[in-house]
Amino acid sequence: MLELWNDLLWPLLWQVILILALTVGVLLYVAYAVYADRKIWAAVQLRRGPNVVGPFGLFQLFADFGKNLIKEVIVPAGVNKGIFFIAPMLTFVLAVVGWAVIPVADGMVVADLNVGILYIFAISSMGVYGIIMAGWASNSKYPFLGGMRAAAQMVSYEVSIGLVIVTVLMCVGSLNLTEIVYAQAEGVWFFIPLFPMFVVYFISLLAETNRPPFDLPESESELVAGYQVEYSSTPYLLFMIGEYINIVLLCSLCTVLFFGGWLPPLDIAPLNWIPGLVWFVLKTSFFFFLVSMVKAMVPRYRYDQLMRLGWKVFLPLSLLWVAITGGVLIAFDLLPDPVAVSAATGAGL
Amino acid sequence: MMVATTAFYVFAAITIAAAFMVIAARNPVHSVLYLILAFFNAAALFVLIGAEFLAMILVIVYVGAVAVLFMFVVMMLDINFTELREGVLQYLPIGALVGVILVVEVLLVVGGIAVGPLSPDVAAAPAPMSSDVENTRALGQLLYTQYIYFFQIAGLILLVAMIGAIVLTLRQREGVRKQSIAAQNARTREDAVELVDIKPGSGI
Repeated sequence: MLELWNDLLWPLLWQVILILALTVGVLLYVAYAVYADRKIWAAVQLRRGPNVVGPFGLFQLFADFGKNLIKEVIVPAGVNKGIFFIAPMLTFVLAVVGWAVIPVADGMVVADLNVGILYIFAISSMGVYGIIMAGWASNSKYPFLGGMRAAAQMVSYEVSIGLVIVTVLMCVGSLNLTEIVYAQAEGVWFFIPLFPMFVVYFISLLAETNRPPFDLPESESELVAGYQVEYSSTPYLLFMIGEYINIVLLCSLCTVLFFGGWLPPLDIAPLNWIPGLVWFVLKTSFFFFLVSMVKAMVPRYRYDQLMRLGWKVFLPLSLLWVAITGGVLIAFDLLPDPVAVSAATGAGL
Repeated sequence: MMVATTAFYVFAAITIAAAFMVIAARNPVHSVLYLILAFFNAAALFVLIGAEFLAMILVIVYVGAVAVLFMFVVMMLDINFTELREGVLQYLPIGALVGVILVVEVLLVVGGIAVGPLSPDVAAAPAPMSSDVENTRALGQLLYTQYIYFFQIAGLILLVAMIGAIVLTLRQREGVRKQSIAAQNARTREDAVELVDIKPGSGI
């Protein structure tokens, strides 16, 4: 009995505890990310933003949450019921499971996968299904147009995100997110040598999560609310929270790939006393701040401009940068260790 | 071990059920969704045998890209469902024949009845444990050293296919006005605006 507990049940229970802690942490963070988003947006437009519920409006999000929960779930006639309800759940679940491999501090990660970065890439590439399914199942014109736009947009920008990830991986020599951070501890943070790729990643992040200025799938001036038109109450809430979790996930991925994850900016006394988790949250919050400033300041793109940017600017640029990075790594003998090690021991497996 | 076996049977059962529903579903959009479910469970099976790289690539390429395009096309088609169902019995023998051929081929290979001269050696060679060599690295070393020419040829074929598709669909139309970003950016204030000082009572 004790053996069963030690070998099977306790590890399982420990995993469940870890997952719960991470999920609750992420959801709390996201609740205040939404609040911050609204406050920043309001400040740019010289408004006050949410300021009624609680001190400085801090409990606004919980009020909105409660309101959405107790509203009636409206199911329009003619919707494809099963898919109509699976879509928001899929969006939310996929957004949350992506967090499993993010190392929020040294060793603080739920699943330390060998292929962590590919896992995130796979999960975020599936995120488009929630939107397409919602658009199709709603059986209405605006959602359908929104779903179609989302499908083309997210597939296009995945290509450039993929190539950006390839450049980082060439500098690291591993697909494991923890090792990507360790590689930056030894040298410089990757945003310095790979600055153009950081810019491409950040803009692709906006397009991949349908944030303004690329929020064409839900652009309210043309499509009312795009794929979300027919949703109300809890299903709508799942879409909204899922979208914000995705944004924060990609911001934290940006931190891991380019800004040294949980590492302090300088490894000196007062800075490395602060726990890694704090640095990680600070850096992620900085990128979230940038994302909401972009929303407040930049006008929406036209759809053909969006496609042009993705395919004619970012794709050639990131391909070129992959070639340059590879060339520089080989020319100056900077290739990461694992390859050198296996080359020394006779590469032919 | 028991957990892994249970997981295998669960994933395998879902894969087969989903694959069956792909051909059985009435609505083509549902078919595509079942196809995605089948891909996803196949990826889970890859994870179970320790091939995590293949699993992730399967999800990224097939679920994240190919199936999205399927879905895109199927959703926009205007299909008459009842007409689509009528031909099922007519095509059943052909489908069954293809299925039988596939089963026989798989049996020949798996059962070791007809194999290449080298494959017994390959099968007998000890496979490195997945804990010793990450399969990402193992695949990379094989693909980029031993099989580099095949890899390059495969890439070339894809490139030719891509260019072919573009050439077939590209159509130059006369009289279409397009936005020229370069021309827009090259425009200066001097080209566009002229300040004219007009005296009162006289035209330009």
